[in-house]
Amino acid sequence: MVTAAVAAASIARPIPDDPAALRAWQVAATVTDPEVPVLTIEDLGVLRSVEVGDDGAVRVQLTPTYSGCPALDAMRDDVVLALTHAGYADVEVSLVLAPAWTTDWMSDAGKAKLRRYGIQAPTGKAAVRGSGPVRLQLAVKCPRCDSLNTRELARFGSTSCKALYECRDCLEPFDYFKVL
Amino acid sequence: MSDADIDPHGEVTVDRLALADEFAGAGAAGEGAVASADVAEYALRLGDDALVLAQQLGMWIARAPELEEDVALGNIALDLLGHARSLLHYAGTESGRSEDDLAYWRDEPDWRNAWIFEQPNGDFAHTIARQFFVATYLFELYGDLSSSTDPTLAAIAAKSMKEVDYHRDHATQWVLRLAGGTDESRRRMITAVADTWPYVDELFHDDELVERLASDGVAVLPSSLRERFDEIVDQVLAEAEIELPTGRTAFIASGGGRRGRHTEHLGPLLAEMQVLARQHPGASW
Repeated sequence: MVTAAVAAASIARPIPDDPAALRAWQVAATVTDPEVPVLTIEDLGVLRSVEVGDDGAVRVQLTPTYSGCPALDAMRDDVVLALTHAGYADVEVSLVLAPAWTTDWMSDAGKAKLRRYGIQAPTGKAAVRGSGPVRLQLAVKCPRCDSLNTRELARFGSTSCKALYECRDCLEPFDYFKVL
Repeated sequence: MSDADIDPHGEVTVDRLALADEFAGAGAAGEGAVASADVAEYALRLGDDALVLAQQLGMWIARAPELEEDVALGNIALDLLGHARSLLHYAGTESGRSEDDLAYWRDEPDWRNAWIFEQPNGDFAHTIARQFFVATYLFELYGDLSSSTDPTLAAIAAKSMKEVDYHRDHATQWVLRLAGGTDESRRRMITAVADTWPYVDELFHDDELVERLASDGVAVLPSSLRERFDEIVDQVLAEAEIELPTGRTAFIASGGGRRGRHTEHLGPLLAEMQVLARQHPGASW
């Protein structure tokens, strides 16, 4: 179990061992999602790899949350800027699609920050293909009053990654980060 | 300047830093994966399907029956645009063309989308019928393609499948709601299913290109998806109490969109999509 947990964590946040790469990773990891500014790209699991060559060139890989997410372009630019400010002259950011991003990679700290921000974090794990056509939808908790008496108003919300919910107890609407 | 002073948003200026316009590397194979001519043609087909549909769905924004649907169809369009970008980027590696070049600078006979994607939005029921058929097809296609022997196609498919799952669910729920709603919504849903059905067959048509690619495990034979597609469609239409249309098929005579022969609807769609890029070549913002 311990081994499995370590392996899962290394997929979500493949932090490099090499000290030079680790320093660059720590700089890149400060970049936040422009649409959900409480989350860093490290919390999200969007930062996939950081390498530093012998010549000091930095190669960064990011993965998109959703395929068309416009925030990715901003995050890419912000990674270049953050590393440039930190003194890295040669920075290249590329896109990687495999393994496909999943909300399962979101860190617990990230989920807690998300809730404090007023967005409920993904509830449950992403479905695996072949497990049948029925999606098991767990009750989504209101991030304000913790009530489970909520309902989905719209599956598609203000950004690709969110759905719109309403709490039937405190009567407030809230965003829910959908399981993907 | 210390690390604490970094404010990426405050410092963005075009002059100080040239940013790359397009991401390098569309998938698992990473930077430098180059498609062969056959694979590029296949990726172009899938990419054109996604891009044409994204453009169609974008037209619903501010026109859908309710605000939530503006947002839903807009988000679905955005996902499809993302799939199209990855697929066209990969298709372009063969000829050295960028995804924008392929999107804006090809004329009608060079487009490879199937006809169902270019059929007009019609009323909301027609858009939902088209969504229901294509999302059901795409979910099965991307599911199988995610084990392609081509790592880039496999990566794009695995990513896209998860999103198309939500699209399929959205369309299915609307088919049931419209069919079980008022007499008017039911009448419209039945008409829309009947009008869209003739365009379904083309999606499952095998030709030499896919047969060649499928024998290497690169592509998915469209015909191999038909049984699963029919099973889901039968199930949903039975629940909606809509009779499954029979027989008619629209494309056989001309060979359809995969050969660049299109219905009258693609031209105006491309004109609107491409006009800005063509009036201001090389413009960026």
